[in-house]
Amino acid sequence: MAIANFGLNTLEHLATLPPDWPGGFWWHWLVFTVIIIAFVLALVMGFIWIERRGMARMQARLGPNRAGPFGLLQPVADAIKVLLKEDIIPARGDKIVHWLAPVVVFVPALMIFAVVPFQNGALLADLNIGILYVVAISSVATLGVFMAGWGSNNKYSLLGAMRNVAAVVSYEVPLVLSIVGVVMIAGSLSMNQIVLAQNIPFILLQPLGFLIFFIGGCAEINRSPFDLFEADSEIVAGFHTEYSGMKFAMFYLAEYAEALAISAIITTLFLGGWRGPLLAPWLWFVIKTIAVFFVMIWTRTTLPRIRIDQLMALAWKFLFPLALINLFITAIEVLAWPEALPWTMILVNIAIMAVLVLLWSKFFKLGWGRVAV
Amino acid sequence: MALKTEPFVLNIGPVHPSTHGVFRMRATLDGEVIVDIEPVFGYLHRGIEKLAEERTYTGVIPLTDRLDYLASMSNNLAYVLAVEKLAKIKVPERAEYLRVIMAELQRIASHLIAVGAFLNDCGAFFTPFLYMFREREKIVDLFEMVCGQRLLYNYMRIGGFNQDIPEEFLPALDKFVRQMPGFIDEYDRLLAENEILLARAKGVGILPKEMAIDICASGPVLRASGVKWDIRKVDPYSIYDHFEFDIPIGSVGDCYDRYRVRIEEMRQSLRIIKQAMEQIPPGEIRAKVPHLVRPPIGEAYAHIEAPKGELGFYLVSDNSIAPYRCHIRAPSLINLTALREMMIGWKVQDAIIIFGSIDITMGEVDR
Amino acid sequence: MQFERYGKGIAKGLRVTITHLLRHPVTVQYPEQRLNTSRRIRGNELIWDNIKCTGCGTCAKTCPQGAIEIITSVNLEENKYTVEEIEVDTGYCIQCGLCVEACPYAALFMGYAYERAQYRRDDVVQTNEGLLPSAERRPSGYMYPEIAKELPRQTLLVERITEEK
Repeated sequence: MAIANFGLNTLEHLATLPPDWPGGFWWHWLVFTVIIIAFVLALVMGFIWIERRGMARMQARLGPNRAGPFGLLQPVADAIKVLLKEDIIPARGDKIVHWLAPVVVFVPALMIFAVVPFQNGALLADLNIGILYVVAISSVATLGVFMAGWGSNNKYSLLGAMRNVAAVVSYEVPLVLSIVGVVMIAGSLSMNQIVLAQNIPFILLQPLGFLIFFIGGCAEINRSPFDLFEADSEIVAGFHTEYSGMKFAMFYLAEYAEALAISAIITTLFLGGWRGPLLAPWLWFVIKTIAVFFVMIWTRTTLPRIRIDQLMALAWKFLFPLALINLFITAIEVLAWPEALPWTMILVNIAIMAVLVLLWSKFFKLGWGRVAV
Repeated sequence: MALKTEPFVLNIGPVHPSTHGVFRMRATLDGEVIVDIEPVFGYLHRGIEKLAEERTYTGVIPLTDRLDYLASMSNNLAYVLAVEKLAKIKVPERAEYLRVIMAELQRIASHLIAVGAFLNDCGAFFTPFLYMFREREKIVDLFEMVCGQRLLYNYMRIGGFNQDIPEEFLPALDKFVRQMPGFIDEYDRLLAENEILLARAKGVGILPKEMAIDICASGPVLRASGVKWDIRKVDPYSIYDHFEFDIPIGSVGDCYDRYRVRIEEMRQSLRIIKQAMEQIPPGEIRAKVPHLVRPPIGEAYAHIEAPKGELGFYLVSDNSIAPYRCHIRAPSLINLTALREMMIGWKVQDAIIIFGSIDITMGEVDR
Repeated sequence: MQFERYGKGIAKGLRVTITHLLRHPVTVQYPEQRLNTSRRIRGNELIWDNIKCTGCGTCAKTCPQGAIEIITSVNLEENKYTVEEIEVDTGYCIQCGLCVEACPYAALFMGYAYERAQYRRDDVVQTNEGLLPSAERRPSGYMYPEIAKELPRQTLLVERITEEK
């Protein structure tokens, strides 16, 4: 298995950390668990703050700025408020399922970070099936969403949950296919190796893959323009209508934690992870993650929502064929020209992406229209 | 083998983030497709028509404010025109010009909310809504300058107005009229060609031309279906025949056409305001009318082109200081007649958009 | 539906939103920054001039809600009415201004203040001396141009966002 050497020369950013740093298996596990939990919680609070202030400035108003300097303690205030609320359980819902659902939704979002590299070799576990683990774990959250919809004994929740299941299952396919393109160029499934192989960020080498992963990722974590699973103006709050108190906080945090996870994965796979010139590597990681999240906020502020059948048509008729073609072309490039100059490959790939997107858009028909009743 | 499914009833209830006001729809759904829909309203009935029989003719004007509370000036205008028709009062010319300016400003303000709420229902998370509210704030500031209130104006009186406009009104109005076309262009750049909006709203909720005429629809709903009917041109009231303006009409009658018709109507209203500002003469602001008006025995019906459609007041007088009967032809209620036909076959998400695009205010529907 | 414009509409919309990031927001940080209300504001509590008032009761008859209650007694020596009790229930008042317009002796004014909320419903009823003007209860210029001239100019959004402090 040859790593396609599209790089000019390989740089070594610091020595690779040994797998049982700082000293022994259990210390490594403890240190990294604490780091991951602190990182996720802190950055989720930061993301909530960035979203509220950023979106507010784009809408010609100020965001929250009373709680703490610049409103930085607003997420903390929200968390405290939500902890103090009464926990309402629907009388005829399925109680165990209702109680377990927030847990099943939140935990996978945390587990994804076990294989995301913050620095060279600084992961909880450098699995050599890294990205496959991520794909597998992120599908478990859907089960939690459906449990929430079912256990609430509410037709709105059931509608929202069913939409979510259908959509997430459909979007897994193009998502995984675009990941396979990256894996083929990097030559390994391990996330650390993927970052090490990015002398040129893969966003330039796989522009179509990036586009598909971004759109598919937004659909998976139900962010606008695909946020119809919890569309406020239509089905009240979708699958988390009947939740209040700490359980609602779990759903809320899980939504942002998943957004953080997808941003982190995009950074690792396409933007070069922790690589960068002057600053510390983990700082580059955080900066790039925030930049990706900012693009998600930007699209949320601007774009209206898509309907459910249009969502499914987008997945199966637009993204899936493009992902297949992308895979095919990447495979040809890796096998036929492994030593080719990187800049030619970049230009060729961008040209192919432009042609494909334009061509496909021209022939694409979206959604059903009126159904005869 | 076809899957056996069972339709269920979903209550899109009176308290909902997205029905504009307290409106209840009992939808029978088969999966996500609407099979039947039954609208239920009456949650905001306050008995305005009965209350009008107990107040003097001038005292009814604050009541009419509260009909379509987002377009109060138009309601005032319709009522005052009906009383003047009944009592045969002639309004001075300056008052007529001012009435046109106020009515057109009110039309812009009402359409801003209508379009903003429609786009909000489509899912653009409050962004166009807030941009449009920023412009509506400018209009409401102007109204506050003339009459002191921001929502329920009570400014028109029988025979004209009660106070003249202050001197800073016309310069401020001039500034607003210069800035506004730029902002309407900004709304177009934001969302008019957006592919997602086109996918959601084009071809959705079509009201065919014949059905629109059959159910007596009026206003932007009728014009978007392709019928060129605007009361300002067909049966001009006040001095609308002195002004030059176009009537935008749509072609298909879907939600996208209604949205475009409203945006174009805003541009035409700006045109009318510019012409009225240039031509306004000095003079009296109110005809000589006694404090308690006593019209002769008779009846009168006056209708105007309110932002939502044709608003009509039918007054019967028996020569006393209060109307004997006051009936209100509410455009929102009549436009809702075809709701069931427009919604069947579409999905729940489309139902919300279709409902938003008809643009109703529950104050009018229930009175 | 076809992506006939290849994402151009979406790109234009994104550009509009990002330019708003660089503009000044239009919100006002109340209560540190305030806006001046209109000079003719039909503000919260009515203000009564007990010198000019003759107790004719036109305001009470004109009020559509019946919020004004006047009790007078007859003063035969000076041949006029004295107002024993005048009570305005601001909770019923809809701030329509018809009473101010109707008064033939210019003895009634609308209030200029808008921050006059109370905690209990009984506290919003004003009687007799409670209706006279004071430092917090200034009369507004609704129907009185000479009062309107003294009041500060209204802040308009077409001109500026807040008042300069």
